[in-house]
Amino acid sequence: MRGRHGLAGVVAGFGALALVVGLSACGETKTTDTAKPGALEGKGPITLATGKDTSGYLQGALDKWNSSHPNEQVRLIELPESADQQRQQMIQNAQTKSDAYTVLNTDVVWTAEFAANGWIEQLPEDQFALDKMLKGAVETTKYFNKLYAAPYLTDAGMLYYRKDLLDAAGITAPPKTWDELKSACQKVAPQAGGAGCYGGQFEKYEGLTCNFSEAVASAGANVVDDQGKPALSDAKAKQGLDFLVKSFQDGTIPKEGITYKEEEGRRAFQEGKLIFHRQWPYQYAKANATDGSSKVAGKFAVAPLPGLTGPGKATLGGHNLAISKFGKNKGTALEFIKFLTSEAEEKVHLQKTSEAPVYAALYDDPELVKQFPYLPVLKDAVGSAVPRPRIVKYNDATTAIQDEAYAALTGTKSSEQALKDLQTKLTSIVGNK
Amino acid sequence: MTATSVDARTVPAGKPRGHVTNRRAGVGRLAFLLLSPSVLVLGLVIGYPIVSALRISFVKTTEGIDANTGLITRTTGFSLDNYTNIFTGETGRLFWNAFWNTTTFTVTTVVIETVVGVCMALIMNRAFRGRGLVRASILVPWAIPTAISGLLWRWIFTSQGIANDVLNTHVLWTTEGIQSWLAVVIADTWKTAPFIGLLVLAGLQIIPAEVYEAAKIDGADAWRTFWRITLPLVQPALVVAVLFRMLDVLRMFDLPFVLIGRGKMSTDTLSILAYNEMSNLRFGPAAAYATVLFVYVAIVAYVFVRVLGADIVGRGVGRSK
Repeated sequence: MRGRHGLAGVVAGFGALALVVGLSACGETKTTDTAKPGALEGKGPITLATGKDTSGYLQGALDKWNSSHPNEQVRLIELPESADQQRQQMIQNAQTKSDAYTVLNTDVVWTAEFAANGWIEQLPEDQFALDKMLKGAVETTKYFNKLYAAPYLTDAGMLYYRKDLLDAAGITAPPKTWDELKSACQKVAPQAGGAGCYGGQFEKYEGLTCNFSEAVASAGANVVDDQGKPALSDAKAKQGLDFLVKSFQDGTIPKEGITYKEEEGRRAFQEGKLIFHRQWPYQYAKANATDGSSKVAGKFAVAPLPGLTGPGKATLGGHNLAISKFGKNKGTALEFIKFLTSEAEEKVHLQKTSEAPVYAALYDDPELVKQFPYLPVLKDAVGSAVPRPRIVKYNDATTAIQDEAYAALTGTKSSEQALKDLQTKLTSIVGNK
Repeated sequence: MTATSVDARTVPAGKPRGHVTNRRAGVGRLAFLLLSPSVLVLGLVIGYPIVSALRISFVKTTEGIDANTGLITRTTGFSLDNYTNIFTGETGRLFWNAFWNTTTFTVTTVVIETVVGVCMALIMNRAFRGRGLVRASILVPWAIPTAISGLLWRWIFTSQGIANDVLNTHVLWTTEGIQSWLAVVIADTWKTAPFIGLLVLAGLQIIPAEVYEAAKIDGADAWRTFWRITLPLVQPALVVAVLFRMLDVLRMFDLPFVLIGRGKMSTDTLSILAYNEMSNLRFGPAAAYATVLFVYVAIVAYVFVRVLGADIVGRGVGRSK
């Protein structure tokens, strides 16, 4: 009889399990906690969740903090290198309400999503020197006019160009418009040894969203307007996208450009296969390396991105520091963020990693400009840069942008149709947020 | 290990043999008691997730944004919408496209891998010098994690990569189109043909040498020996290998994801669609995709085991006797 009983027990157990699982969902209506400008209190050990510390700078900074704060130690938690996976781990951490992560190193495009879901704390504005920071970078930390993260690092695309080739062809200034860029290529072509004219990031991933937004903004339009409404019906948006589409058609961008992410493009530029390259600041040091890895060391310079009728606008990248709602010792976390984002610390950071600071003054520091000659150009680029759409469902928006832009670049859709479809998709994504 | 678990699954399909006497019932009870811990574990690691995923797939979440604070408000309730959405409109187009990719990947790769795998097994089964080395080297691809081999193949298939260099072409393998589909098939074949080879090799090694001797004496040529002796006798192992591969390819995710990247119409599979929904925190639709895939896999497995599997094994064994 015991066996029979056991079987019945197991069956009943499963039934009960299924029932419980089922019942727990019935009529479940849940609202996320309402926002209180949370009191950031409590001192003690905390953690910093961030992407890979490839330069080793962060551990050094942490050691500095830890030696002066023996009771408020900060432990470094390195997440995977890809931004997608970092986001996913942070979201998982938030969904399980785990206190494993205290301070989060977030990409500028995540702020709206993280804030709207109540995963990060609102920060007191008066504790940060926001007025000394680049305006664009500060904007990325706000959601509904409240500060949800501290501006930490910034980033913007620049135009890398082969100064040696342009000089040889008698072109004294880098191109300011797309037409100038194309005609410069024609002049340079005889000496360029078959190098492609222009490159960027056109593979179907976040880089394409940046390059597409840039092209649209550089033509004088916007993907999303000030009120947060998609604005791609603007005729200028089509002119922006057409620059990329036609460049692929007439060979201004080499055919293989459609497979370029940052690294593929960098390799091509370093091998002398591109005359102009739209790229982030990180390429400067690598392309200038004199250990033989780069064939263009000392032969290139940077300039602001060109546009339709004048200088273009870059897409704003970068990172912010936020405090997880579910972390402990938030008082320490706030102090630690203030330390890492202080002007003095950001200067060290720049010197050690060449990652761009958010303080305007550092871009004019003669000592730093000597070490990083691209700083003045980058300051302009960041200053005029346009943020990517700041919407809660950013991931859906960027997927839609990539789908349509890729279809236009590969010729499966006309640019007109692609923009029309994108306008519809974005409207629905923003509409039902 | 894996092979035995499939055998175990096919056995209970037949009726319990013999009469159930009191004594045997007692033995049965004891057997059940002894098995119950593993039943419990299976229930926890397999039963619970399935039930839970099934439940989530019916949960529809409606999101809104509080106009003052900007915080998300969520209301959940039960509905069939997650399922109907899969099959309609733009998502329907993506679904059927992914369904087609998943199916064509399965059919193509399994056919190619079976042919290549059987050839590998025949080679590995021969006695010759350096056999150990050949066996080991054939198995290396199988030992490499899929994500890593995806990265390796991505290097091979870049525009300046080895593939274009060797073939003397300028194909952009990772772009939308048949070439990316082909790249995935090539990489998958490279990786998993050894798996079929390994299982078939196990099957080959239990074929007694006398059977071949007899064939030789009867004057059968190599081709005839292969069709009439080797293949029928190795069929049970082969069927298991093919079934495993089919179930594996139907949920293919990592190779297209790493090698080609997500969001490409030519290589997106059903698993990638489920992943996309999940990474956007839409767990209901993600679970619905996963459930649809689960049903599809279950149907394929059932058809294969019931109709093809049982039949082939039966005839094969019968003829050899």
